Amino acid sequence: MASIILPANPSESRAGRFGVYGGRYVPETLMAALVELEREYEAAKADAAFQAELNALLADYAGRPTPLYFAKRLTEALGGGKIYLKREDLLHTGAHKINNALGQGLLARRMGKKRVIAETGAGQHGVATATVCALLGLECVVYMGDVDMERQDLNVKRMRLLGAEVRGVSSGSKTLKDAISEAMRDWVTNVRTTYYLLGSALGAHPYPTMVRDFHRCISREIKAQILKKEGKLPDAVVACVGGGSNAIGAFYEFIPERGVRLIGVEAGGRGAALGEHAARFRGGAPGVLQGTYSYVLQDDDGQIALTHSVSAGLDYASIGPEHAALHDSGRAEYVAQDDTAALDAVVKLARSEGILPALESAHAVAEALRIAPAMGAHEILVVNLSGRGDKDMGILARELKL
Amino acid sequence: MPIGFAHKPGLVVYLTAGDPSLEGTQAIALAAIDAGADVIELGVPFSDPLADGPIIQRASERALARGTRLRDVLALAGQIRAARSEAGLVLFTYLNPILRYGLSRFVEDAVAAGADGVLVTDIIVEEAGEYLQEMERVGLAPIFLAAPTSPDERLQAIAAHSRGFVYAISRVGITGTQRSMTADARALVERIRRWTGPVGKGLPVVVGFGISNAEHVAQVAEFADAAVIGSAIVELIERVSSAEGPEAAPGAVERFIQGLRLKEAAPAR
Repeated sequence: MASIILPANPSESRAGRFGVYGGRYVPETLMAALVELEREYEAAKADAAFQAELNALLADYAGRPTPLYFAKRLTEALGGGKIYLKREDLLHTGAHKINNALGQGLLARRMGKKRVIAETGAGQHGVATATVCALLGLECVVYMGDVDMERQDLNVKRMRLLGAEVRGVSSGSKTLKDAISEAMRDWVTNVRTTYYLLGSALGAHPYPTMVRDFHRCISREIKAQILKKEGKLPDAVVACVGGGSNAIGAFYEFIPERGVRLIGVEAGGRGAALGEHAARFRGGAPGVLQGTYSYVLQDDDGQIALTHSVSAGLDYASIGPEHAALHDSGRAEYVAQDDTAALDAVVKLARSEGILPALESAHAVAEALRIAPAMGAHEILVVNLSGRGDKDMGILARELKL
Repeated sequence: MPIGFAHKPGLVVYLTAGDPSLEGTQAIALAAIDAGADVIELGVPFSDPLADGPIIQRASERALARGTRLRDVLALAGQIRAARSEAGLVLFTYLNPILRYGLSRFVEDAVAAGADGVLVTDIIVEEAGEYLQEMERVGLAPIFLAAPTSPDERLQAIAAHSRGFVYAISRVGITGTQRSMTADARALVERIRRWTGPVGKGLPVVVGFGISNAEHVAQVAEFADAAVIGSAIVELIERVSSAEGPEAAPGAVERFIQGLRLKEAAPAR
């Protein structure tokens, strides 16, 4: 087990720490910007006008609250617990990512930054950022790995249509990790004029906290909706975990509710060997990647491992630090579902409910298919359907021979 | 050998360890010392060097493709130290390889190899508690980066925790070459000097990122103790190794470094 480097003065440096995880491991050039961002975010959080504008956009522009839908036919087919779907896939732009993009976009405008940069894996965060930049009149540059640009080509074209510049990244694995590195290089270079709109619950403080806060509405709504429909809390909440933004949003309000199982689903890829999957809690060890201390898939020499998943949004070597803490404390469970199970789940959900999930979200659906049959008919399972699968039609057509 | 800057202007030479090969880096380092480098910074190649521009990214990829590991870099440091005692030796690395190797084991092995200091690009002073304790325990100099964007209170903390020298980043950005020096560097060094003490007596301040030629070195010499040459040398090694073969690289680096001190200070732009 790797040693952790603790803060000089732990009592004063706890902001942004989740257990031992999180923190700030960045080049010095970025520190002033991170401190400024933390200060501005705290001020915005306490500003009623900022919150009112964000809430109005979430309601009227993005489409919140999203429905909590009882998947009756799927439940009957499995013959176990009642399955509810939290329909983040119905949001404008097609995924939960718009919640955070709107929040941080308003923050960028409040800070007077005219240029916004972002990274994207599956393209959903890139599309959400390009959308918000169009809405707010901000310049937008999105970094995306070459591999991801090819497999999520539709989202590349959506971003361009929205006026964003998409810059391909050809280094390393040419996926999300490399897009984040390139976005950080841009930010280091243009930090005085540029806002980095990070799309997952990752990176240096305050990003993991801020991104989680902007997605908290997911679990807040689930709680109110399920109490209204069922008169009790769910027995389990299931969400897929790449960086972990939709999962932390779906889990957060349930963390104090000890009776609710929280299940994160990582990408099992196509095998258990290092490089064949993105299941950080199966093959990873604590380490530092891209600004934060968390579980990292790496070799014996501390070099970051390559990853594989059929879903670009889960294809990442590290995981948000709050998930690392929830894992170590045992409050949340983390499992993996492989490429085949995810593809199978897409078909099952499409044909039982007429809902086409994103390949990322299909990993959570696959876990629900596995555990629901063993649950009692009175038990409730909520799956966070983080995005819709239209963007994946190219992959699905090939993999499923449509 | 404590870190010092006997030559004027002082020169720090960065090399990515393992590019073109471990033996090649050793020969280049010795040639650089013989040409008058005061300090060698030995870069540990990392898979995700987010503070580095394309030149050092490519060098890191080549070194990793050859199988260069942290323990090899430590052994290389030992060989350079055994062959030359007069230059300072600093390990330049990202944090994760150290964490994986084990912090205590790393500092012990580094000092045993004859290294004088360590610079970790992604450690800031606030997160450095245990690192500083371990470095002090074995007597290694922790060197921190200072940036043009760092406010005075951060510079004060950076100066207070740095030993050997403070590494002032010449401009806002990543490593790489540039045509001309910006005004950022001089202003930053002047601010740092308030906490490091007077020129020649206090903690030295060196300037790096984008220093590419004799004119830049002469400009930096007007206000700093030394200049760091990184990407310009790594690019030279890349070019010469591919055109003439890796055995030509040490000679080319030696001539390049000799040429860096030939220029008189030109007026800063």
